[in-house]
Amino acid sequence: MTKVTMTVNGKSVSAEAEGRTLLVDYLRGGLGLTGTHVGCDTSQCGACVVHVDGKAVKACTVFAMDVMGAEVRTIEGMANADGSLGLVQQAFQDHHGLQCGFCTPGMVMTTAALLAENPRPTEAQVRHGLEGNICRCTGYHNIVKAVLAASGQDADAIAAE
Amino acid sequence: MPKDTGIGASTKRREDVRFLTGRGVYTDDLSLFGQAHAVMVRSTVAHGRIVSIDTSAVESMPGVLAVFTGEDFKDVGGNPAGWLINSRDGTPMREPKRPVLAHGKVRHVGDAYAAVIAESYAQAKDAAQVLSDATVIEELPAIVDMKAAAADASNRVHDEIPDNICFDWGWIEDNRAAVDAAMKAAPHVITLELTNNRLVPNAMEPRASIGEYFPGTGDYKLTTTSQNPHLTRLLICAFVMGIPENKLQVVAPDVGGGFGSKIYHYGEEALVLAAAKRLGRPVRWTAERTESFLSDAHGRDHVTKIELGCTAQGDILAIRTETYANVGAYLSNFSTATPTFLHGTLMAGPYKVPHVYVNVKTVFTNTAPVDAYRGAGRPEATYSIERVVDKMCRELGLDPFEVRRRNLLTPDQFPYTTPVGLVYDTGNYQATLDKAVELADVAGFEARRAESAARGKLRGMGLSTWIEACGIAPSHLVGVLGARVGLYDAATVRVNATGTISVMTGAHSHGQGHETVFPQIVAEKLGIDASSVEIVHGDTAKIPFGMGSYGSRSLAVAGSAMDRAIDKIIAKGKKIAAHMLEAAEGDITFADGKFSVAGTDKAKTFGEIAFSAYVPHNYPLETLEPGLEETAFYDPANFTYPAGAYICEVEVDEGTGKVDVVAFTCADDFGNVMNPMIVEGQVHGGVGQGIGQAVLESTTYDDTGQLLTGSYMDYAMPRADDVPFYTVDHSCSTPCTHNPLGVKGCGEAGAIGSPPAVVNAVIDALQRGGHTHVKHIDMPVSPNRVWQAMNA
Repeated sequence: MTKVTMTVNGKSVSAEAEGRTLLVDYLRGGLGLTGTHVGCDTSQCGACVVHVDGKAVKACTVFAMDVMGAEVRTIEGMANADGSLGLVQQAFQDHHGLQCGFCTPGMVMTTAALLAENPRPTEAQVRHGLEGNICRCTGYHNIVKAVLAASGQDADAIAAE
Repeated sequence: MPKDTGIGASTKRREDVRFLTGRGVYTDDLSLFGQAHAVMVRSTVAHGRIVSIDTSAVESMPGVLAVFTGEDFKDVGGNPAGWLINSRDGTPMREPKRPVLAHGKVRHVGDAYAAVIAESYAQAKDAAQVLSDATVIEELPAIVDMKAAAADASNRVHDEIPDNICFDWGWIEDNRAAVDAAMKAAPHVITLELTNNRLVPNAMEPRASIGEYFPGTGDYKLTTTSQNPHLTRLLICAFVMGIPENKLQVVAPDVGGGFGSKIYHYGEEALVLAAAKRLGRPVRWTAERTESFLSDAHGRDHVTKIELGCTAQGDILAIRTETYANVGAYLSNFSTATPTFLHGTLMAGPYKVPHVYVNVKTVFTNTAPVDAYRGAGRPEATYSIERVVDKMCRELGLDPFEVRRRNLLTPDQFPYTTPVGLVYDTGNYQATLDKAVELADVAGFEARRAESAARGKLRGMGLSTWIEACGIAPSHLVGVLGARVGLYDAATVRVNATGTISVMTGAHSHGQGHETVFPQIVAEKLGIDASSVEIVHGDTAKIPFGMGSYGSRSLAVAGSAMDRAIDKIIAKGKKIAAHMLEAAEGDITFADGKFSVAGTDKAKTFGEIAFSAYVPHNYPLETLEPGLEETAFYDPANFTYPAGAYICEVEVDEGTGKVDVVAFTCADDFGNVMNPMIVEGQVHGGVGQGIGQAVLESTTYDDTGQLLTGSYMDYAMPRADDVPFYTVDHSCSTPCTHNPLGVKGCGEAGAIGSPPAVVNAVIDALQRGGHTHVKHIDMPVSPNRVWQAMNA
C-alpha cells in the first residue's frame, strides 16, 4: 500500500492504494465518492468517466498511482458553487436525459468534455461524441437533446427536423 | 397552456437531482463497517460433473475468511419457477431443483459452484481463481441447440429429465382441430420460420447484494438490486432458505435499470445472507459485467414456425404456430410464464382473426437461464405476427397499410374476446394507424427513397401494428393459469400530523420516475402541493406487501392501489370534517384541498383535518379512530391493453449490408397519461432496445456452450450513433375501462412494437432495390446477414 495524493474537485486528497488499484476504486472506496460508477470493467460503457487534467478519462482503466498529483474532477464537482445544478446537469434534467441514473454521471462528464472541445456540435457530432457511453434506458433521444441544449442550441427544433 | 403540475403535466423529475450530482445510492455504493467481500467461482465449461473442489487450496490464503460450495446448500430449498404449466397431455411441467450453488453438476458456463469470502475484494478474487484451478470438473458434451436437445435423449441437462423438455404446451388445445380445419380451408397459407434472438438485458448497474445478520435478534437484512423486494423476500424465505419472513428485511435502494433481469431471485442473494450469518459480518457481492452476461437471466430465444391462412384480399382466417423456447439450464422465476401466458395469449394480435392455435415446447439447454426481458413474450408474439402479415402482403401483392385496416378490430367490437383467452376492453387501432401514417409522412416516402437512392442507399419502410397485455395481472386469472402468487399491489397513504404525506408503495422505481409521477396524482386528488408528498418504496420494512415493478404494472396496479387509498383518506376526512363543521357527513364535499359543507362557505382545509386526526381534541372519538392513514390492495379486474402503430424507415448500404435506422415513428394508445415527458421517455427507451434487438444484439454460444458475446467488446449494445431521433405520439387515447386512473402502461411498448417494423423495413428496402428473392432475414439484421441475403 502506498499513499496516493491528488486533487479531486479542487481539494487535495490522499488515500492508501495498491499498485493495482484502479482510479475508479480509489475514488469510490478510498474517498467515498460513489457518484462515479462501474458498469463494465472493459472501458466500453463510460459510466466511470471523470476528468483528469481536463480530459475525459475512463476511470476503470487508469491506475490511481498513474494520476498521482493530477487534477481530477468527478460528478460530485459539477454543480454550481451555490449547490444548484450546473449547466450540463440542468440540461439533462430539463430534457429528461436520464432514467435510472446509473450511466448519468459518465454522460454528464463526457458531455462537459465534449462541449469544452466543441462548443456547438451538430447532432451527428453529439452522437459520435457519446459513442463511448452506453445508456440502456433512454434510447439516447433525450440525452442527445440535453447535450444540444447545453450547447445553447434549440434541441426541440433539431430533433423535429 | 399545458399544466405544469398534477395529472397530465410534464413535471420534471425530482429524483434527477441526486442522480445528476452523484448522490444516488445504489447497492454497491454502500460501505458497511466490518464488511467482507464475496467472489463467486463459476463454471468455465457448459456441462460437467463436479469431481472435487479442493477448498484447502485457498483456506490459508491471505484474507480468506470462508469458502462455500454446493455442499453447504444441499439441504436448503431451490429457487422455484413462479408458474406451474401443464403440457397439453395434462402432465405437469418438469421443475428441476435450482440450488444456491451448483451441486453435483454444472449446467452452463457461469454456473456458480463455489464462493470465496475474504477481507478485501482483491483477496477474494485471487482466491477464487486459485479455487477454480483446484476444482476438477469432468466435462460432458454441451447441449446448446434447442431442437437437437429435444431430439437427443442420450444427453441430458438434468439427469432426471429424459428429453430435455420442460413442457409441451398447447393454447388452446380444445381449439386445435378447428384451427387445423380453418387452415386447410384457407385459400392461401403463408408460412414463415423465424428466430427471436436471445438477448442479454444489460441493465447498466450490474447485480449486487449485501447480506447482514444481527445475532442479537436473529434478523437478516439483504440489500440488493431488485425490482421487487417483497417477492425476493418471499422466494428466499418460503422456498430457499426457510428464514421466517418476519426475520428478513429486503431493501432495494436506487437500482440502475432492470428490464426484467432484476425481477428474479438469484443464488448470490442467498449466499451473502448465509455468509453473513456464518461470519457475523456484512458480506457483499457485486457482479463484474462479464458475470452479468454469464449469469443474469437472458431474454427471448424462440424459434418459431408460424402459418397464416388468409383470403386473396388479405383477410386473416387462421394463425397457427409451433415454437421452441429456450429456458436455459434452470427455470428462472418467470421463465415458464413468458413463452406461454405472456406470448400465446397475444397471438391474435390486434386483429379479428377467428382461429388461433399456439404450441410451445420449452427446452433445457446448457446456457444461462432465459426469462422475461422488457416485453416478455409479447415481443415474440408481435414479431411473429407482424412478420408473417408483412410476408402475406408481399406474396399476395397487397398494401400493408390496407391489409392492417381490413383486419384490425374496430372500436365497436370492444369488449372483444380473442380466440386465445383474453378480453380486450377498449382501443382504437385505426386511429393510431392513421396517426402514425400522418406523423411518418408516408405520402412523402417515395421522394425520400429517391433521395436515398441518389446517395446510393436502398431505402425501405416497415409497419407494425401491435397490441400487448400488461398491467400484470388479475390474480384469479393468473391463478387459473398456474401462477404461484397473486399479482395485486398495495399502497399505504400516511397523512402526517402536519399535513405532509408519505406514500408507501409496493411498486419499485428503477428508472420509471415514480418519485415524481405518483406525487402528481396524490397532489391532484388531494388538492395539495406535490412537494409535500414523499414516495417510499423498495424496503420491505417500510412498505406494504406489494409485487414490485415489471409487466408495465406500476401505475395500472400499484397506482390504482394508491388511488383507492386516497379515496379512503378522503372518506375519513369527510367524517372528521362533518364533526368539526357540525354538519351531516353526506353534506360534506371535498375539492381543491378543502372539505366544505355543500351550499355554505363553511370549510376546513386538508391540513386542518389532518391535524385534528392526530390531535383529536375536537373529534368524534366514540365513532372514529384517530389518525389518518389508509392502505389499499388493488387486484386488477383484467389486463390492460396498450396498442399502437409503428413505422420505421431504414437505409441499407448495398455494398456492405449495413442497416441504418433513419426514422422511427410511434403512435401509441396508453389510455390516460399522467406525465407525458416520462411516457415519451419510456417509449424512446423501448424503441432503442427494439432497434438493438433488430439490428445489433446477438447472444451467441458456440457448439461447446461458450458464450462468445460476454462483454461489451463482443455484444453490440445500441449506442447514440446507432439510433435516430424518434417521433412519438400518444394522443389517440382510449382510457382503460377497469382501473380508476384509466391507464394502460407504457414501459414495454417500444420494445414490443419496434423489431418487426425494423425488419419489415429492411425487407422492403431490399425488395424495392431489386433483391426480390430476399423474403426474410433473422435478427439481428447485421451487415453480414444482409449482405449474404442480398448476394445469395
